[in-house]
Amino acid sequence: MSTPTGFKQRVADAISDARLVRAVHLATLHKVESREASFLAMRDPEAIRDAAAQIKRRTLRNLPRYLEQFAESVARRGGQVHFAPDAAAARRIVCEIARASGAKLAVKSKSMATEEIELNPALEAAGLRIVETDLGEFIVQIDRDRPSHIVTPIIHKTRQQVAAAMVRAIGCEYTDDPARLTQIARAYLRDVFQRCELGITGVNFGVAETGTLCICTNEGNGRMTVTRPRVHIALMGIEKLVPRLRDLAPMLKLLSRSSTGQPMTVYTTLITGPRAANEPDGPRELHVVLLDNGRSRLLGGDYESVLSCIRCGACLNACPVYRNIGGHAYASVYPGPIGSLVTPLLAGLHRNADLPRASSLCGACQAACPVKIDIPGLLVKLRRDSAAAQPLSKRAAIALWAWLMTSPARYEAAQGLLPLLLRGDADGWIHAAPGPAAAWTHSRDLPAPPRETFRSLWRSRLQDGA
Amino acid sequence: MRRRRSFAPLRRSPAANPRSVRAGLPGVYNPPVRAALFVTCLTDTFFPRAGEAVVRVLRHFGCAVEFPPAQTCCGQPAYNSGFHRAARDVAAHWVEVFDPYECVVTPSASCAAMISRHTPELLADDPALKRAAERLAERTYEFSVFLRDRLLVDTAALLRIAEPFTVHYPCHARGVYSVGELCASLPGEGPNGLRLPRHTDLCCGFGGMFAIDQPQISGAMAGDKLDELAATRAELVVCNEAGCTLNLMGSANRRGMCLRFRHVAELLAESLGLLEPAP
Repeated sequence: MSTPTGFKQRVADAISDARLVRAVHLATLHKVESREASFLAMRDPEAIRDAAAQIKRRTLRNLPRYLEQFAESVARRGGQVHFAPDAAAARRIVCEIARASGAKLAVKSKSMATEEIELNPALEAAGLRIVETDLGEFIVQIDRDRPSHIVTPIIHKTRQQVAAAMVRAIGCEYTDDPARLTQIARAYLRDVFQRCELGITGVNFGVAETGTLCICTNEGNGRMTVTRPRVHIALMGIEKLVPRLRDLAPMLKLLSRSSTGQPMTVYTTLITGPRAANEPDGPRELHVVLLDNGRSRLLGGDYESVLSCIRCGACLNACPVYRNIGGHAYASVYPGPIGSLVTPLLAGLHRNADLPRASSLCGACQAACPVKIDIPGLLVKLRRDSAAAQPLSKRAAIALWAWLMTSPARYEAAQGLLPLLLRGDADGWIHAAPGPAAAWTHSRDLPAPPRETFRSLWRSRLQDGA
Repeated sequence: MRRRRSFAPLRRSPAANPRSVRAGLPGVYNPPVRAALFVTCLTDTFFPRAGEAVVRVLRHFGCAVEFPPAQTCCGQPAYNSGFHRAARDVAAHWVEVFDPYECVVTPSASCAAMISRHTPELLADDPALKRAAERLAERTYEFSVFLRDRLLVDTAALLRIAEPFTVHYPCHARGVYSVGELCASLPGEGPNGLRLPRHTDLCCGFGGMFAIDQPQISGAMAGDKLDELAATRAELVVCNEAGCTLNLMGSANRRGMCLRFRHVAELLAESLGLLEPAP
């Protein structure tokens, strides 16, 4: 978890890694432009965003009722529902199901919730081999790396780095041609799919009225994961619900457009229950693990709307901070603007107090968010909630500042002192300021404050209408 | 985001003729509007010329400009960094200072947004002050919005800028004016006109205390912004936010880039012959 020095250090490492910064700039700017183009081509996107936001807000206001309905619907179709209050419980439940199934080899499609509960190490400790089947996550896994983006996990890697990882892990011949690399991974994974006995997925949306699980992928691996193995475990955050099947329409219209600029993901899989007697394929067993892990604490409070997030990643792509530091600097499963809310809220504010402060509050995230979460406003609230734990020097500086600003005489006296404290060089600029202003001149100069302030100008020349 | 307000003009005469205003003739309708200038702490301290330009332009269009001498800061730096107790005290002082005035004009969109969006909520513990803040929120204007909506001035038609120029949209103006409105307040695109950067609304990395809290990230963001501004090959940047200007001009100077940053009020005052061109 991030400590003050830890975060600053990771930022310094990231910013000095020119290759990383360039890779993330190129990828995120490309995605921003794709997203904007796809929204321009859409009829009345604002109405759809409003509708989607309303659906999520309404669901959250009545979440216990919808959860109950969802659990009944899943059970009615022959699925089994498990409730995990925290990450440890979720890991225990999944490992228990895996053990009972007797599986030795499991496949997984991309799921941030499984990252959140650190599922893979737990399964491996239980004696299972688990293989990531999303191409990006597969590369993360074979390179013993961590995802740095919630949609495009290897946004930080160049294709040369991917090629080197593939050679190391599966002993193929070196090529950095993305199409060739994809073919190699595909052949490798096809063999795994043939032999696997357990499939683990996340869930993009769960439908309360029908018990349907909606899983969106671009590579077909999600569909393979839920059809080929005997047992399917779906790990789903409790906030992923929508009330009705028809509510999927605005969500699906927004999700992939916001993520990648695609009108639809290539595969949109709807699963309702395990294999029925008259169905030729699908798993024999379906387990839905509902994950709370701090979410229900947010219901009814200042931060409830954070649970509206559909994990599209648009705010990461739009964020000029993320673009410059990449995902790993956040040291959290969910990086970027939404991560700077989710991580402190789920994992503890005081251990992650740097994250909400790592934002200029420029609002690009809010403008991009398909469900209109007021990310900057909520970041300010988290700053408020952690203000008392800020270093004494900072709290004292703020108290001093407020003392100066609540009296015109003190304000003006401070203004008069400023040119004495901040002296410009011969060129009229301050290149290395003393004290707290040194942080300013870390990367920029400061113009020497003019001797004549506006208010003295007003008194001497402007007041009488000259 | 919701448009900040729709309002009934307080003193606009039915005979007001926007065309004559457009021609730059002062005082054509029911003058004067009395406007209290909230110059903001940064403009007061670092950019007195922009403050002077605001005064001269408002007077040119028939406003009686007052400068409440007890004004300091709106409290935004503390608000944004989460120190809401300190922000509340400074905001309370601001409300007490400006309460007697008919309308307030400020050269900063971020301060205008602070006042209209956050000041009332900060003063929730004092119902009378909160009501005063709500009333002030309704009659506080960012300078260019005031010119457009209250004085019916078409700044785009009045500005005479003799060189190619580009523009920076201050992020915290969201909800005060849009990118489109900012561009509409300036002469149109062209080789010797406005040259839009790739992303007009890309953040410059200032963010108030953020610039001090996270100097490395802030510096990298300023670099991104300056690259986009420089790519337009214009050397004049219209920037209506003192914080962004302080950050961008300082970052440009550190990098040895020759970019000049001006508030639209300065350019307007120069165009109208109210200020000597800047050196």
